[in-house]
Order: sequence, then structure tokens, then C-alpha cells
Amino acid sequence: MSTTTAPSPTTRGLPATEGTPAQRIIRAAITPGGAVFVLLAALFVAVVLSNPSFGEPPQLIRFIGRTAPIAIAAMGQYYVIVSGEFDLSMGAVVATQVVIAGNYIGQDEGRVLPAIGLMLLVGAAVGVVNGLATTLLKVPSFIVTLGTMLALGGLVDYLTGGAATGNPVDTFRELGRGGIEGVPVVDVLPFSVIILVVVAVGGVLLMRSPFGRTLIATGDNPDAAGLAGTSVWWIKTRAFVLSSLSATVAGILLVGYAGVHPSVGQGYEFQAITAVVLGGVILGGGRGWLLSAAAGAFALELLFAFLNFREVESTWRDTVQGLIIIIAVAVAGRAWTVGRSPKQPPDPPPTTTPTTSAATPNPARPGTDTGEH
Amino acid sequence: MRRKIYRAPMAVAGAMLLGVLATACSTEEPEGTSTETAEESPAEGEESPSEDSQEWFDQALYDTQFEQRSATFEGDPAQPWLQYIDGEMTDTADFAAQGAQKACFANASISNPWRQTGWITMNQQLQVLQDSGVISEMETRDAGDDDNTQIADIDYFISEGNCDAFIISPNSTAALTDAVERACDTGKPVVVFDRGVETDCATTFIHPIGGFAWGIDTANFLIENLEEGDKVVALRILPGVDVLEQRWAAAEKLFEENGIEAVDYFTGADPTEIKKIITDELSKGDVQGVWMDAGDGGVAAIEAFEDFGAELPVMTGEDEMSFMRKWEETGLTGLAPVYSNFQWRTPLLALEKIFAGEEVPKEWVLPQSPITEDERAEFLEANDGMPDGHYAKFGGEDLPGYPEVWQERQIP
Repeated sequence: MSTTTAPSPTTRGLPATEGTPAQRIIRAAITPGGAVFVLLAALFVAVVLSNPSFGEPPQLIRFIGRTAPIAIAAMGQYYVIVSGEFDLSMGAVVATQVVIAGNYIGQDEGRVLPAIGLMLLVGAAVGVVNGLATTLLKVPSFIVTLGTMLALGGLVDYLTGGAATGNPVDTFRELGRGGIEGVPVVDVLPFSVIILVVVAVGGVLLMRSPFGRTLIATGDNPDAAGLAGTSVWWIKTRAFVLSSLSATVAGILLVGYAGVHPSVGQGYEFQAITAVVLGGVILGGGRGWLLSAAAGAFALELLFAFLNFREVESTWRDTVQGLIIIIAVAVAGRAWTVGRSPKQPPDPPPTTTPTTSAATPNPARPGTDTGEH
Repeated sequence: MRRKIYRAPMAVAGAMLLGVLATACSTEEPEGTSTETAEESPAEGEESPSEDSQEWFDQALYDTQFEQRSATFEGDPAQPWLQYIDGEMTDTADFAAQGAQKACFANASISNPWRQTGWITMNQQLQVLQDSGVISEMETRDAGDDDNTQIADIDYFISEGNCDAFIISPNSTAALTDAVERACDTGKPVVVFDRGVETDCATTFIHPIGGFAWGIDTANFLIENLEEGDKVVALRILPGVDVLEQRWAAAEKLFEENGIEAVDYFTGADPTEIKKIITDELSKGDVQGVWMDAGDGGVAAIEAFEDFGAELPVMTGEDEMSFMRKWEETGLTGLAPVYSNFQWRTPLLALEKIFAGEEVPKEWVLPQSPITEDERAEFLEANDGMPDGHYAKFGGEDLPGYPEVWQERQIP
């Protein structure tokens, strides 16, 4: 998997493209966006060692299927974080969509398509509100999205009274629960895996498009990007819309997977942010790779599965999770600096160059080479 | 900008460290494949479950509830909400009053389907008593699961509520004790129901038999239907609530005594969590039984077995319709324990007696008997058309508005 982490902006002979493929893979693996794949592999080995049957393809594909919603949410959160903002409203958006699905569709199959349309519309609207309040009203996104989170949470409570209503019709739930039967090797190919792949491929293409380049530039230095001709408010608003739409897709999958309950989606924003940080994306924006965020989500879920397999005492579980996450993120960043500084003390110039150039207002190069590692 | 450059990198070391921690956990297990020696892992609590449950385990209460399961109840079995176990009575002659009285209800919350169903039933009962001129109105404050809010609610009722009687459904046991005592000090009747408080000042304390009885019924059912050495996954909503902790304390004790291997998880009633937990347990090895401390989310647990293609477990859920229906549909071996929802009628009926000067039980223990497979069809039929969040033993069949009010489930 880590082969694909090789940095993508290849056309201009950046240092990243030099050397043999093996060298490039190793170099990619020690970047923050690459290390998460190493982490993923290590966790996977640990899980398989404690439960060998986990490595069998049918079980593995099922695991990927159930991780799809959080991976999609993490990729959505990535757009916002890489643009220098936060989206705390994700979990509330998921819960809202789940409740809409339960209340609006009910047992009426004819409402499945209108419902999906309605949910996407609601998702986009939340994103627009988040984006405009952050960019035009200049309220910090932390506060704006906290506000939308509370507002949507209240709406869910109002609609449900805080308790579960009935599940929507089974055909709708198939999206998150069913799959294509009779596939060789994996038996059943869950629809959620297909949706995850589509979303991921779409995301990668998007990040290679002018929009993606500008998004990273904006996150790195909004002033520079603005001077370079970017309309910062529109770029960031679109990032928020992408985030809310991702949460919507996650919500659709979760209704299928789990059913309707107001607690579905609880804590999703923090899981998504943790996944993004594990994926080496810098809080504050401007750096990080989309697929690393998805890999971060998989690493998190593997960790949770690992704790399940090891039967860690239920009252201890959250503490263990929290500690491992903090240690993983903290030590990782630290160890890199420690391991690196004695080796090449006078080396900062090559890495500094791209960022300095982005910091200097330069209309000709709108931050395209800030790098995605 | 430089700051970013130095902080940007992350290292393989993170992965290594995680690996070490991970394997450190595995040294605790007998089949540990670990080669690491790190001993200071935080997962040292292997022996703590029994300590935990001993905190909540109360042998005397356990024995009492064990007996009460087979006790005879006074009153008409057709009206279980008025039945009680013979015991000390409170004389209420002093409370006898003429004309309609105002009741004030401090409710912990309506944040789960069980409380919502009860709340609907209570409002229909209120209508009856308003029509008969016993109660003029009931002012309700919902504390939203918050102790402090509920204390403030009770104090508001005492000082400004102009109440003739108090009904309190406490949010938590210890925290609400003082406030309930303050309500008692007003000299007006106080009715406490569902969860208890640490004072006996209330005119009557209404509750079904209790958590230990639930734990005994469910654990015995699983033990009877499973074999020694079988594995049970226990799905618990959250720690620290006495009625829930007592259910688990009793069940855990019985599982241990009978050689059933039980592992417990907190789920927050989140179906996503429940499904993941079951799936992981299944991929680790066979699971023969599922025990729940409340039925909310029971369907997700069964679906996890279906999706995995595993044999359905022996399972205890609750008398919530979603579980009852899924139970019938799948035909699994199951039991629906009941935490009698009809108790929500009793506080208002108790007030009717109190205002008439009739004596009421000091501790009003209501019947609490699980629904077995033989009785299931009868309850499913009786509750046909009810929503999934409805409870089979809601006990409102003779109230006005039945069945539409419960079917539409409009929360008052």
C-alpha cells in the first residue's frame, strides 16, 4: 500500500521524484503521511497475531466495509483541516442524517431516492453555513462548527426525544449492510467498500486538480493565496461543504450498518480529527495527504479492534485508547526530529524553500509546490 | 512557517512504539504471541472485574430480590400497576384533601425509549384523574439527565411551585437525596419512583422488584440454555447507574459460579459499537450467548450475527418491541426481561389514594416478570401496530387514547 504514497507532484523534477522507486518509497515512508502506512502495517500484524482469522479475506473485507464510514468522514475532515480550519459538526451531521433517514423514509420504498437527495441537500447546506460563517463573518471555525454541532444536536433531540425510532426500509439499509454476493476470494464485496473506493479515487483526483492545489496553498498561507488571486472564502466554504457531504455519506452507510439511533455518529468529529492527525496532516493546514487521513482512520479502527481482541477491561478501554493515541502522535513527531537533527544539521534549506516561496506573495506560483507529504 | 517544517515529519518510531504497547498488552494473555517484555502497559486490570462488581453487589438486597421474584402480590393481577408486596404501610389520613390538587413532577429525563413510553402512559393516566377531579394539573420539569438541574427543579417546586404534592423520578441516587428530603420537609406528600434515594422520608417509594432480580432471571436463563465453558458477550449501556450496575453485578456473579465465560462491554446503546463488538468477538471465536442490561440496540446485536453468518446466540434483551419482533422473526432462543414500564402510572394513582386518605405501601414493590417465548405471541398481538421503541408491558390498555396515542408516539 505504501507504494502509492509516493508524493504526486512529479512533473517539475522535485526532489521527491529523484532516485530509484525503492529509495522513493523509503523516503515517503518517513514522511508523516507515509509513516501512517507503516503504523497501519504494524497494527495489522499485531491484530493478526492476536487473532489469526482476522487476516482471512472475507473477514478483512468486512472490516474494511465497516471502517468505510469513518474513513470517508476522515477524508472529509481532511479537506477542512488542510485548508487551516476545523469541522466539529461532523458527528452531529451524521446523527441528523441518520434521524432523517429513519423518520422520513420509514417503510416507504418510494422515498429512498428523494431521501438521499434531501440528505445531500441538508449536508451541503450545513457546509455552506459553516463555511460562510467562518470566512465572511470571520468567526473561528472551531466556534462556528461547535455551534452547528449543538444546533443540530438539539434538532435531533427534538425530532427523536433522544431515543431510537424505527429503522428505515431494508432496501435503503442495503447500502451500508449488503454487498455483492459470490465474489471470489472475499465472498461478499460490501457496497460500503465500493463507495469508499469511489470517494477515495474522487478525492485524489480532486486534490490533483487546481482546486486541490489551491486548497493546500490556502491552508498553508491564506494571505499569500489571496494575493495570488484565490478567493479564499469560496475555497474554504467548498472544503466545509465537502466535509459535511462526507459526513452525509458516512451517515447513509451507518444507517445501513447499524440502524437508527441518536447516538450514531457520536464522537465522529474527534475520531475523524484524530485519524487525520495520525495520518500526518498538520493541524493549521497546508500539509498532508488525503489517503493518509483515510489510513489514519483504518489505523484507529484497527486499534479499537485490537483492544476488543485482547479483551481489555471495559472500564479501562477508553483510557488505553486515549493514551495510545497521544503517545503515538507525540512520540512519532518527536522521534523524527531527534533522529534527524544529528544526521543532517545544516540541511534545512532544501525543505524550507517551498514554504518560504509560498510565504512570499508570488502571484506566479500560487503555492502549488508546498508538497503533499 | 519554519515551525511547520520541523513539526511536519512523523516517524516510523510512532509505529514501533505502538507495536510495543500492543504486544505489551498481549503478554497478559495466556496464548500471548508476544516477544516484548514491556510490563508497564496500562492494561493491568485483568483481575479487577470482581472488585468492580463487588462495589455494586449487595448480598442482602440480592437475597431480598431473589425472594421477591416468587412473592405473592396483593391486589388484582389484571392491574399489576396497583399490585404490591405486603409490608409496612404509610398512614395518609393527614394528607386527605377535598377538591382537585396540583401535582409537581421532577422527571430525570425522557432520553430513552423506556422513559418515553412511560411518560406517554403517565400523561394518559393524568387525563383520567383530571377528569375525575382528583388532580387539577401536573407541572413537570425535565432535568435532561442532569443532577444539578433536577435539584434546582425540586427547589423551584418547593419555593414557587405552589404544589400540593411532589412526584420525583430521581436522576441519581446519592446526589438527589438532600433535595428529596427538602421536599419531604414541606409536609406535603412525596412520591418517589423508579430509581431510589438514600432516605425513607418519602410517603411512598414505587419501583419494580429491581436490578438484581433482572440479573438473576437473565443469567439463569442463559445458564440453563448454555453449557459450561460457553462464551457470553455482555452489552452494557454505561457504568455507574445503580439499576444497571445491579443487573450486571447479579448476572456476573451467576456466570462466574456456573462456569460461563462472560466478557462485558460498554456500548452507550450505540448500534454501531454493538455491531463492531459482536463482529470482533465472532471473528475471535464462537459466541454462544448475548446478555444485555437493556434491550435498546438488541436488534443490532442480532444483525451482527446474521451479517457474519454465525449461528444465532441464546439471548436476553428486553420487552421493547424492536427486540420482541426480531426475536420472533429469527426464532432464536431468547428471553425478554421486563423492568415494568407500567410503574409510570402508579405515582399518580398513589396520589389519588393519598388525597383520599387511604394508606399506601411505604415501599411499593411492583411485579416484575420476564416475557418468555410462550407468552411472546400474546404480547406481540396485543401490541400490534406499536412502534419499535414501545414496551410490551406498558400497561395502558384501559386508558383513554389507547392505542392511537402510543402508536403515534407523540411525546407530550
